[in-house]
Amino acid sequence: MTEFFTGLFLVVGAAFMVVAALGLVRMPDLPMRLHATTKAGVLGAGLMMVGVAVYFGDGGVTTRAVAVIGFLLLTAPVAAHAIGRAGYFVGVPLWEHSKTDELKGRYDEKTHTLSSPPEMHEPEDQDDASR
Amino acid sequence: MFDIAIIAANVLLSIALLLGFWRLYLGPTLPDRVVALELIASLTIGFIAVYVISSGRTPFIDVAMVLALTAFLAAVGFARYLEKGGHRDDD
Repeated sequence: MTEFFTGLFLVVGAAFMVVAALGLVRMPDLPMRLHATTKAGVLGAGLMMVGVAVYFGDGGVTTRAVAVIGFLLLTAPVAAHAIGRAGYFVGVPLWEHSKTDELKGRYDEKTHTLSSPPEMHEPEDQDDASR
Repeated sequence: MFDIAIIAANVLLSIALLLGFWRLYLGPTLPDRVVALELIASLTIGFIAVYVISSGRTPFIDVAMVLALTAFLAAVGFARYLEKGGHRDDD
């Protein structure tokens, strides 16, 4: 029974890794590639570490496997955000069929800070005046 | 049956590693290659998991933990380098 669940977790995790790698190769765009590899890759590695924890059933091994999963879940979104942000600032082109680019023209190229367009502030100001 | 599962996991991870290296070779820009490197680090964690199960050497889990943190530091370092010092394509 333990071996069955271990093999199941290993094969399913490896299958998610293949899905992530397929997305990395087939997706046309840096943000889409990030979207594919971050989620599916972390899920695959996490499932394989769950397989390790199930197979040994030992307190120390389980704790370390949970620590690995926790580090993956903590670090992967931060790393993906940093890479996506850096790629946008460097000027990596988006997919040619992209409909909208909400960030276009809304960041300061010198200080690298975002700013809302002026029309987004007006309803709040009117709200304050009416009170 | 269990041996088949381990072999299948190894084969699937190898396919994924080949695809990851293909994107690392193609990658039109540096951020694409950084994404490929991050996926390859996750794949190495998977290989370590399979090896720990097939050989029974549990201390290798610590290697997986250190590898996860090192891959995060490498990705953040690349991102900082790109944002502070990298050249813009539209300049």
